[in-house]
Amino acid sequence: MSELYPDESAQPPLAWPAYRSTRLRAPSRPLTVMPHSRTELTGPVLGDGRVGELDHDLTRQHAGEPLGERIVVHGRLLDGDGRPVPHSLVEVWQANSAGRYPHDGDQHPAPHDPNFTGVGRCLTDADGHYRFVTVKPGAYPWRNHDNAWRPAHIHFSLFGRAFTQRLITQMYFPGDPLFYQDPIYNSVPEGARERMVSAFDLSETVPEWALAYRFDLVLGGAGAVFEDTSVFEEDE
Amino acid sequence: MNVHATPSQTVGPFFSHALPWPGGPLVVGEDAPGAVWLRGTVTDGAAEPVPDALVETWQADAGGRLSGSGFRGFGRCPTAVDGTWAIRTVKPGTVGADEAPHIAVSVFARGLLNRVVTRIYFADEPERNAADPALVRVDPQRRATLVAEPAPDGYRFDIRLQGEGETVFFDV
Repeated sequence: MSELYPDESAQPPLAWPAYRSTRLRAPSRPLTVMPHSRTELTGPVLGDGRVGELDHDLTRQHAGEPLGERIVVHGRLLDGDGRPVPHSLVEVWQANSAGRYPHDGDQHPAPHDPNFTGVGRCLTDADGHYRFVTVKPGAYPWRNHDNAWRPAHIHFSLFGRAFTQRLITQMYFPGDPLFYQDPIYNSVPEGARERMVSAFDLSETVPEWALAYRFDLVLGGAGAVFEDTSVFEEDE
Repeated sequence: MNVHATPSQTVGPFFSHALPWPGGPLVVGEDAPGAVWLRGTVTDGAAEPVPDALVETWQADAGGRLSGSGFRGFGRCPTAVDGTWAIRTVKPGTVGADEAPHIAVSVFARGLLNRVVTRIYFADEPERNAADPALVRVDPQRRATLVAEPAPDGYRFDIRLQGEGETVFFDV
């Protein structure tokens, strides 16, 4: 393997100077290999209490509809053996169709959309499937390098069944012309970065209403131990 | 492994409206027996606070049970502008015969293309720490970075991402 990519897991290296924010934040020492305890082979079970009725539909969380191209984003959550991961929390967040987040730190002079927060949650079904309705996010500039723009993306946060499987990633859209200049996308080796690109999915489009993209997610990490779990629920 | 894992990407700078929730740092209620605050600061390679990190914890309950029994075990706290975070929980019990009490920690941030993983051990368990199968793999001179020190309302555990006193991070 090349020195830049630490192993065959196709994960990005922590030290990736082209992405400037890594320079003072990536650990400089090698990671320490550890024997897994039950702590790492189990994980939180975050249930229905974290998911509201409209959390899966980012276009219905305000009085009106957000502007932008309405899309369905769906797929399956699988473990490393290809088995579906059912009843597992999926968290997503994204910029609006103009490329702006409703966050104080986002200074991109693109309009906010009062009808779009861009935050969603759902649980996978018994077959590991999830589905969101949203609008296609816009690209935005980010000053990492001269005239730097992030390709359009949706952030995903997954838990799976074990601490080892915890994953935060980004879903991209097929054919984005901005990929070549994006150090975050390109931090993942060629042959693996394409797994972060969704596929246009005509079969899930809704005629006269919405386009659709499919994005399957595969969690790495060691196999999980199954505990006698009771789903944790919380009101808020 | 038959299926290729989806690669990690950074959490980015703009997650504070999306991932944290008010109850996230509260693993137990304030009246829970043995409730303590775990507090710390996340700093970078220039020893500056990291104001946009997300700290997550996963642990057993005081009896060493990792799930069930209604114990959530999971904490999530974003860092404040001064890099500080705090999670209210209980000191975990023992999950394995030889193991010292510990809490698994993930740190996410802009500039981290993958999470970094560490463990919190406790300074008031010197004998069990000395025998813990994960801690003994760590360079003795760096073990102190994994040990939370007693504080007025619980324990203090600082996370140094890079440089002097860099926290030990694990490959999981």
